[in-house]
Amino acid sequence: MARVTTGITSSHIPALGAAIQTGTSGNDYWGPVFDGYKAIKDWIHQPGNMPDVIVLVYNDHATAFDMNVIPTFAIGCAEKFEPADEGWGPRPVPDVIGHPDLAWHIAQSLILDDFDMCIFNDMKVDHGCTVPLSMILGEPSEWPCKVIPFPVNVVTYPPPSGRRCFNLGDSIKAAVESFPEDLNVHVWGTGGMSHQLQGPRAGLINKEFDLDFIDRLINDPENLSHMPHIQYLREAGSEGIELVMWLIMRGALGDKVKDLYTFYHIPASNTALGAMILQPEETAGEALEPRTVMSGHSMAIAAE
Amino acid sequence: MSEPKKERINIHEYLAEFDDIPGTRVFTAQRARKGYWLNQFAMSLMKEENRTRFKADNAAYLEEWQLTDAAKKAVLARDYNAMIDEGGNVYFLSKLFSADGQSFQTAAGSMTGMTPDEYAQMMIAGGRSPAGMQSLKANLAATGGEDSKKDF
Repeated sequence: MARVTTGITSSHIPALGAAIQTGTSGNDYWGPVFDGYKAIKDWIHQPGNMPDVIVLVYNDHATAFDMNVIPTFAIGCAEKFEPADEGWGPRPVPDVIGHPDLAWHIAQSLILDDFDMCIFNDMKVDHGCTVPLSMILGEPSEWPCKVIPFPVNVVTYPPPSGRRCFNLGDSIKAAVESFPEDLNVHVWGTGGMSHQLQGPRAGLINKEFDLDFIDRLINDPENLSHMPHIQYLREAGSEGIELVMWLIMRGALGDKVKDLYTFYHIPASNTALGAMILQPEETAGEALEPRTVMSGHSMAIAAE
Repeated sequence: MSEPKKERINIHEYLAEFDDIPGTRVFTAQRARKGYWLNQFAMSLMKEENRTRFKADNAAYLEEWQLTDAAKKAVLARDYNAMIDEGGNVYFLSKLFSADGQSFQTAAGSMTGMTPDEYAQMMIAGGRSPAGMQSLKANLAATGGEDSKKDF
């Protein structure tokens, strides 16, 4: 049967894609970010770690969905998804290749489990989906695994609650486990961490909130999932609400997890960046060495 | 007979709390309705042929959309705070600043009253501190009732 072996969190900010495209990923500004991701990239390319399929949870940034259609939870069931032109031409990355059999199976299972999914076939994917792929899988001519795009509305209020997201993750886990084919499935939760891109409060970063969120995501997701929207907005900035998508990933991993790797960096453009590898405790592999990496301004906390 | 319902969120209280966050306009249904055409205009810039026409004559292109005068003025001035006041959302408006060749950081920074350099420096130094930025009511209580809205 198919299994959710791993959860990964990643930032999806467009500036990371731009750094790759312009060859500036090794400079003083971006170097530490790409160094922090290198451990994840190396890990995923080791034998047995490359998934057959990634369920990639992200938010569409007014790309595939405009003001006409605002699905709360959507799933891409097509054979492939092309990178979207978001105003500066499409990102020069391979088409995302889907897994229609598993995607339709998950869609049906979720609906029977009371999650009323929106099913998409003709859908372009934006930086929310393709930047995490580039950061973790590098720059291959074809992506080495299948990807099921799973957009969540976190733009037009209200987005789904953290609780709803956490429970959705649990239902994704059950759906994957009832798929007969033997597949290594990852669930990736992208976006975050604290950031605000609008208004006079733009630039807000809340290291204390972020590190507490990481800790509770690992150890106490049940209580974390009850955090109301207003708390994300106040503490993590207007765009920090993307963190509810991490709870979908976490819900798909079961009760206890082992944190193989945690990377936290301030700033990546306007945001605090968090990238993690988590696995269900009972099937977890070895933690990476070092297990936690802080860089940029976040180093201040490491010394405490 | 029905199952016991979960505790419901009071939508009026839920929405009212958003107005208590300093320097922030949450993209509620009310804003989404107000900004419908402004946001759809921005979306149109995802097509190269539209970008070309827009760049050739901003004002003429804007006439093709059902925009308020305030929205048109805000777009022409690239005043992102004013666009958000007109119901714009930053992810939609990103098509406009991307078409202008501007980054998210430059656009976000332009809404803070800081220069691009000052904003970039603030981010490198760890970003804007959340201290005193979470609640207008809390700020008001802390200052003994003085108007804390004057800055944000």
